[in-house]
Amino acid sequence: MTRATVTAPGWPVLLFAGCGILFLLVLPPVLELSGHQYLLSLATRALIYALAASSLNLILGYGGMVSLGHAAFMGIGAYVVGILSHQAAGSGLLSPAAVQGAGPVSALMAWPAAVALAMLFALVTGVVSLRTRGMHFIMITLAFAQMVYFFFISLESYGGSDGMVLASRDRLPGIDLGDDRVFYYLCLGLLLLFLAFVHRLVNARFGRVLVGCRENEKRLQVLGFATFGYRLLAYCLAGGAAGLAGALLAEQGGYVSPAMLHWTRSGELMVMVLLGGTGTLAGPVLGAFVLLFLEEYLALYTEHWMVILGPVLVLAVLFARGGLYPMLAGHGRER
Amino acid sequence: MFILEQLLNGLQLGVMLFLMSAGLTLVFGIMRVINLAHGSFYMLGAYVAATVTMHSGSFLLGMLAALPAAGLAGILVELIVLRRLYQRDHLDQVLATFGLIFFFNELTRMIWGRQPLFMEVPSWLAGSVELLPGIRYPVYRLAILLVGVVVALFLYLLFSRTRLGMRIRAGATNRETVAALGVNIRLLYTLVFGLGTMLAGLAGMMAGPILAVEAGMGDSILILTFVVIVIGGIGSVRGALVGAILVGLVDTLARAFLPGLLRLVLTTAAADRAGAAIASMSVYIFMALFLALRPAGLFPVSES
Repeated sequence: MTRATVTAPGWPVLLFAGCGILFLLVLPPVLELSGHQYLLSLATRALIYALAASSLNLILGYGGMVSLGHAAFMGIGAYVVGILSHQAAGSGLLSPAAVQGAGPVSALMAWPAAVALAMLFALVTGVVSLRTRGMHFIMITLAFAQMVYFFFISLESYGGSDGMVLASRDRLPGIDLGDDRVFYYLCLGLLLLFLAFVHRLVNARFGRVLVGCRENEKRLQVLGFATFGYRLLAYCLAGGAAGLAGALLAEQGGYVSPAMLHWTRSGELMVMVLLGGTGTLAGPVLGAFVLLFLEEYLALYTEHWMVILGPVLVLAVLFARGGLYPMLAGHGRER
Repeated sequence: MFILEQLLNGLQLGVMLFLMSAGLTLVFGIMRVINLAHGSFYMLGAYVAATVTMHSGSFLLGMLAALPAAGLAGILVELIVLRRLYQRDHLDQVLATFGLIFFFNELTRMIWGRQPLFMEVPSWLAGSVELLPGIRYPVYRLAILLVGVVVALFLYLLFSRTRLGMRIRAGATNRETVAALGVNIRLLYTLVFGLGTMLAGLAGMMAGPILAVEAGMGDSILILTFVVIVIGGIGSVRGALVGAILVGLVDTLARAFLPGLLRLVLTTAAADRAGAAIASMSVYIFMALFLALRPAGLFPVSES
């Protein structure tokens, strides 16, 4: 295998990416001018889920690792932010003097901690689960996620199964996280940064090996690649990014609860990836926006919107093979 | 003596899990389909049984209605959706059946409302018997154990003694060859799927008087069912039986005895809290350890 070069994307892809980014940039002022401010928090949540779905896409779409436990990483990230903030407010059990009474926690401390802890969890569980394949991998990732789920439920001092409400968003020097518009652009910035990172990654040697593992791992091993390391690293990176998304979600909504890491959340992340297009950069973003806004839109008409969403998902699987993005951008899966 | 009671409770959970996992493992072993919506048929069985029992006042009638309802619903789902997914990869199957869960959960909320239904144990199964001097155990829970034994026997006879069972086993090994020999494999798949969902409906129906009948009740047992299948070896009914009993015992015994054991080393409050936490995780810890040692499960079925 020679050094992989960055493939030049065709014009439909560039056009789509340009339009998408422009749309996301002008969305807040447009919502404000048209009197739909209440949609801003939904859009912010969609950006955060887009980040989480993109991280899942890194292992699922490119690496072929179908994880049904991705919400666990989000939950860990969210709980790191939640617990730190809870401690700082002085209501926790074991408040170290350094944090106690210091007011809002610095995001510069909380977010990296969220990412680090999620990555650590990914490392530990990845070592075990990446030894399995197919159905077993799906189930073992699910099992680990369930362990975390029940672990947080049992944390009585942090709300148990009810979760906890955060006093305020963390502080970030020079940036007012409390301002919803600022927070939106921050999430957008982080998402674009992660997408740029994934783009570089999958077009580099690392990404080629990862995609190779999806297609035929034995062949790569014969070629002399230690594939396990590549897959484990991808798994950790995806876990870390999902941890960051969880931290952002906790900040955005102002609460954390075990419901954030119920297994159906992992399923929803998977839905976003597949709906948008697996193994494409823009797909998960599109999927997150379509799913969240579809839910909101259907909920306007009936409280039983899930009875419509369910069959829509089934139809999407049956007829929109490869996802929405490849259909829109007019090409098949990026291979 | 407390131990005997907990052992029986564990076995009873094992029977429920066996009824759920027998169908699911068959569907996976033969059709290679992951069906996340299996819990929906459990829920459906419970709802139909509760409704019919409430209106007719007869538990037997509720049972007679629940089984065909779950079986027929399964056959319909197979014909409309699952049949199109056999040739797809697992990811598509997970997604489509995930959509089905949304649909069924909400559908039950629309039909039966958000309030859980409660089902009473029928009078002829109420009360308790004295197993050993000083140990009383509810008759209804013993009846569940009996049903489990009967179903296990039925499945054993079906697979080893009948032509249909032989074809099902052959279909699991090599579907192309069986189809080429003139067996209507599509019909066979539909029947197996219906049988599986009927067993799930039976489990749901029996759970009705013990648990609250509510939308989403199938989701939590579904996850345990997957644990059973993975431990037993995907596609093996024998594995499902052993796995179900193991998981039922581990879960029940951990909940019953872990807090007490931890009290030996911790304070009472801390032991209760930690014990409850570890107990709810115990099944998953057990599965992770098990898979680390035997990745293919107890009775691996060779993939063809």
